[in-house]
Amino acid sequence: MICFRSVSKRYPVKGGSNLVLDSIDLVINRGEKVGIIGRNGAGKSTTIRLLSGAELPTSGEIDRLMSVSWPLAFGGAFQSALTGRDNLRLICRLYGQEINESLAFVQEFAELGRYFDEPVKTYSSGMRARLAFAISMVIEFDCFLIDEVVAVGDSRFHEKCHTELFEKRSDRCFIIVSHDTAYIKAHCDNVYVLKSGKLHRFEHPQQAIDFHNHGEYL
Amino acid sequence: MRLNPSLRSSLSIQKRVLHALLMREALTRYGRHNIGFLWLFIEPMLFTIGITIFWTVTKAIHGSELPIVPFAITGYSSVLLWRNMPARLMGAVPPNAGLMHHRNVRLIDIYVSRIILEAGGVTISFVFLTVLFVAIEWMTWPEDILGVVLGWLLLNWFGWSLAFLLGSLSERSEVVDKLWHPVTYFLFPVSGAAFIVDALPEVGRTIVLTLPMVHCTEIIREGFFGSVFEPHYSIPYVVAFCSVLSAAGLMNTAYVSRRIVLE
Repeated sequence: MICFRSVSKRYPVKGGSNLVLDSIDLVINRGEKVGIIGRNGAGKSTTIRLLSGAELPTSGEIDRLMSVSWPLAFGGAFQSALTGRDNLRLICRLYGQEINESLAFVQEFAELGRYFDEPVKTYSSGMRARLAFAISMVIEFDCFLIDEVVAVGDSRFHEKCHTELFEKRSDRCFIIVSHDTAYIKAHCDNVYVLKSGKLHRFEHPQQAIDFHNHGEYL
Repeated sequence: MRLNPSLRSSLSIQKRVLHALLMREALTRYGRHNIGFLWLFIEPMLFTIGITIFWTVTKAIHGSELPIVPFAITGYSSVLLWRNMPARLMGAVPPNAGLMHHRNVRLIDIYVSRIILEAGGVTISFVFLTVLFVAIEWMTWPEDILGVVLGWLLLNWFGWSLAFLLGSLSERSEVVDKLWHPVTYFLFPVSGAAFIVDALPEVGRTIVLTLPMVHCTEIIREGFFGSVFEPHYSIPYVVAFCSVLSAAGLMNTAYVSRRIVLE
């Protein structure tokens, strides 16, 4: 379970601070499929960073009673000066995992061939996405954070990601943050809308999407 | 991954994270090509050898009994230690921001791993040069190894405290990074690297002895060749100075760590 109690987040800006999240309450249970939609700048990525624990709230409390991934397939969590193999090593060391168990999977999934031993900065964006996703699948989390990006890459890659994530790991919790309402609707049971720093909860996903599209309760 | 970890599992996470960061820091800095990791101590060693030769041929401390080679090694290794640690921690957040998306990687882990690598490199270089120069008979063994170790440890303490403070301050204001370079430039001549305190007039001694690295360098040199000069230092002064400095450094690091904004 993840529990937000009156969580607010402010960022400093010139001459003051900007309130991005305003006293948010949220409970996410094991196995739940949660979607959070919002316009650009509504605080989606901030929410993801608070969920993962990468940043701390300005006020309020967050209880995290299950293991939470870093934002999935998020290239920024990798080191572009290191090779694909060294990035995998780094992640395995950070999370205390035996590297040999995951090596074959990552090599096969990422389809990098000889580039697996070249620095990530020489990769194409498709190669990066495949490596990032493959490494993200190496550590078994209770809850996966998905920040838009699964939308990168071609359709075959999409399909592979879909199988790994939504089929093989269908018992896990997913938190998907996006402004792609179709993607959210396809994968989530509970959908929230972030607007003006507040988190709005809805009974049905369609209600949330209507609210998001029209900017008001229908 | 354990939840609500006990102290014991926290320690093991800590160890794991530091090991991972050390390996990646060494890799990104030195790579796997040519001599790789060896640069860790060859870099400071080249500096020290250069200075030693330079001071020897220019007879930097003419008219004194002091042995020039240990004088140069102790002086320049000390400078590398207190100067490089802060430089490595300033602006350490942006290149590591990606890593901080992993919840167990905190600012202090990045700082500690960089400090270990920096202190390790300079220490290996210092030890290696001492052994080398004794072996080729350019100098004799330190008279009091424990004294050298004590001075070196105190200097390490000063170095990391200063590094924590300046590193975390640099995340709050760019001015810190910009000013540190000219400041080190002006600190070098008064840091005790190129003189012994005893050679100064009374007023000069009082002024330079406000700087903790001068005390540490004197302690280290007393360990090397204490029988040929009169060292001036106060261990309580260094301890008090470093206590305050490390408390300030840790507090500011905690403050910055809570407010880090990732990309």
